[in-house]
Amino acid sequence: MIWQLLRRDLGLLLPGGKSGGTLLPLLFFLAVAMLYPFAVGPDAPLLARTGGGVIWIAALLASILPLDRLIAPDLELGVFDQLALRGISDEAVIAVRITAHWLSFAPLLLFSALPAAALLGLEDGSVRLVMLGLLAGTPGLAAIGVMIAALTASLRGGAALSGLMLIPLAVPILIFGAGSLARGDASGIALCAAISLVLVAIAPFAGGAALRAARET
Amino acid sequence: MDGGSALHITGSNGIGKSSLMRILAGLLRPYSGSVQRTGTVALLDENPALDPQLPLGKALQFWGRVDRCDDAGEIASVLDMDSLLDVPFRYLSTGQRKRAAFARLVNQGAPIWLLDEPLNGLDAEARKRITALIKLHCSDGGICVIASHQAMDLPDCETLPLEEYAL
Repeated sequence: MIWQLLRRDLGLLLPGGKSGGTLLPLLFFLAVAMLYPFAVGPDAPLLARTGGGVIWIAALLASILPLDRLIAPDLELGVFDQLALRGISDEAVIAVRITAHWLSFAPLLLFSALPAAALLGLEDGSVRLVMLGLLAGTPGLAAIGVMIAALTASLRGGAALSGLMLIPLAVPILIFGAGSLARGDASGIALCAAISLVLVAIAPFAGGAALRAARET
Repeated sequence: MDGGSALHITGSNGIGKSSLMRILAGLLRPYSGSVQRTGTVALLDENPALDPQLPLGKALQFWGRVDRCDDAGEIASVLDMDSLLDVPFRYLSTGQRKRAAFARLVNQGAPIWLLDEPLNGLDAEARKRITALIKLHCSDGGICVIASHQAMDLPDCETLPLEEYAL
């Protein structure tokens, strides 16, 4: 049952294919990394020092783009109602959706962080920290994303609102994930991973409650 | 209601037929009172819950797998939808969507059917087929609750006019 759900969610969210999502968030991510040197000038040491932070901001913004497709279409279709009738808890449904959302954007994001790092001229050590940090932080971003999408799915103008709501919640991940770049060691990444884990643990319950609340409006 | 019985809930628009159906399904909490039922429940309402971008066959297959229904395609021929299985759901007409949602409901294999306006948008032939399926379900010991302002051609069907209970 869970496997069937995951298969359907991946079909909905993975880039490419007839029913799949788009590569737009990734192209957006690469575009930000590409535009940054044009904006601040071709000063290589400056780019290398600030590039890691730019990659983090770009990743955060890219994770906002698919939010309106995460929950709202299925809520409208009545898929969540039908799953609830079959005794599948809303929490399980949200947990599966978080997994699918993470799988659909994080691996590709990590992959495109490499060309982005090359564009910004990051050093090897920084690239390693950015990659590790993104690996630790993206599950948390996925959890926040699905949670916010569930909260705002039944509201008008939910898409714009969800972006605004995601940013403050993502601040801890950003502080510790990108902060490890300034210190140059992985201790910040450990904290970033801890925050990610907490968010992944909370999100199914918060998202499930949001689905139930949406059902009664 | 006992097994094999059918109930037709009637009432004007906005009186609360659909809300009552959602309460019976356990999707809404009643303001007062409680719902007691044994057995699983299947709901047909205005949301088809079938992926619009997928071909109908694939969309039905997903629910067939969730419901562990082995012959998910069989109902499609009963409802005269064989030729539509390769058509993406979003291209189907109102009546075809209704029939597709009904196929999903039948495949669920639940003993209690909650049908909210099951005949809306259907032509005479499809109406006959669906009424026959409802009769078959009841004769197999299933329960059917139908909310509709249209007349239902069911012989042993009790009617519950919601107007009598309105505040």
